[in-house]
Amino acid sequence: MFGVSNWHMKGLLLLLLTLLLPMGVYAMDAPESVTIDTIAKYYEPVEFDHAMHMDVAEDCSVCHHHTTGTGATNPYCSKCHSENRESATVACQGCHSADPFSAESIRRQGELNLFHDDLIGLKGAYHENCLGCHRQMDGPTGCEDCHAKTDAGERLYHSGKYAPEPSTHSAAEHE
Amino acid sequence: MSKVSRRKFLAGSLAGGVAAMLAPVKKVLASGDFRGFPDGMGVLVDLTRCVGCRSCEAACNKEQGLPAPDLPFDDDSVFDETFHHGTQKRRTTEKAYTVVNRYEPKDSDQPVYRKVQCNHCNEPACLTSCFVKAYTKTNEGAVIYDEHVCVGCRTCMVACPHNIPAYAYSKVIDPVVKKCIFCYDTRVSKGRPPACVEICPAEALTFGKRKDLLRLARARIKSSPEKYQQEIYGEHTVGGSAWMYIAGVPFEELGFDTTLPNEPIINNVKGFLGMVPMVLAIWPALFTGFHLLATKNKDHDHHDDSHTGEGEK
Repeated sequence: MFGVSNWHMKGLLLLLLTLLLPMGVYAMDAPESVTIDTIAKYYEPVEFDHAMHMDVAEDCSVCHHHTTGTGATNPYCSKCHSENRESATVACQGCHSADPFSAESIRRQGELNLFHDDLIGLKGAYHENCLGCHRQMDGPTGCEDCHAKTDAGERLYHSGKYAPEPSTHSAAEHE
Repeated sequence: MSKVSRRKFLAGSLAGGVAAMLAPVKKVLASGDFRGFPDGMGVLVDLTRCVGCRSCEAACNKEQGLPAPDLPFDDDSVFDETFHHGTQKRRTTEKAYTVVNRYEPKDSDQPVYRKVQCNHCNEPACLTSCFVKAYTKTNEGAVIYDEHVCVGCRTCMVACPHNIPAYAYSKVIDPVVKKCIFCYDTRVSKGRPPACVEICPAEALTFGKRKDLLRLARARIKSSPEKYQQEIYGEHTVGGSAWMYIAGVPFEELGFDTTLPNEPIINNVKGFLGMVPMVLAIWPALFTGFHLLATKNKDHDHHDDSHTGEGEK
């Protein structure tokens, strides 16, 4: 009885290993969840469910372009990035700068012999990429559907506890 | 001590005077060809990216220390506000140097949002029209103004082809004109992007040198011709501006004035204004001369005959 169970266990393990191995090639270090907090200031950090989005997107290159080794979906990109090779960095902020208008970035804009001279910044990349899909697939699109405002955010937007007193302001039609 | 003779001194001052007189005339005549400072900065507004979050309005309010808004900056109901019997959407005011308006173009399945602020023209009509020279076009491309010089005449409000300068009607004492200054004092003069650009979550606003932005705009249009209109609004409009727009639907459907000429506003009056100093300097002398010549003989007719008529020939 005990011996049979042991054999079963070994078989199950082997089966699991063979199933997991091809997945491991693609998603070697793919995290379950990513905390996006490097640019959080007026909004709280976003707890990004990476595993769920991997299921939804099916192909890594939908978000990661050519960096994950699954080939580029955009034909323009595949002119150079046709090789299915994983890049040294696959994180968004590896390429998309959190400070897209630094002196260095502005100098890059003027480089005539450079590809990626119109490289969108980190904040722009997130919102362009996320919102595009979320609109198509009926995901959340409101600002606070993904991230709640911080106290600094409420102060900036004059909202929440910093909201202006309800005054005689009449919306819709002015003369 | 000095060896400058009286004759040399007079000749020198005469030459200097002539040069000083001619210089401004030349400057006025040449100004119509000005196409912006070579390293002037600008902003490219990509209206296909704007999500209408109004964060730029909030950031502007904070950066410029403007009074609290009537409604929170995350309140979408402002997009339904209309003025003058529904013919106008929100415009810039003394309390808001930038506003975002919502449009529903017929060929677009979702609304398009348009940010309005000073476009910082290469040849600003406000600057041209200001008779106290309150306005300055800086090397960085910003059109700024000196509140202490402004007399509140509102000529610039009439002159601006984009209806941007607003008036501090709320101020009883010393009301002045108010408008976006490209965050010049606090940011652009130090090489940093304006507050609205920095906060924009979708990077609908791209800050850079105007000449580079033009190239980036063309590249974006070329790589996605199905997504964009071919024109870059502000490339040539009224002589070009530091702020430029690209969009996915025709500009006239987004409240842009597409009837504006490509010539700067100053070109309408340049020929005339160039003549003014010449007329003021030469005509009095010329006509005094004519008058003297014409009345020379007449003058002597009135003299009595006790003189021997030495003026007569």
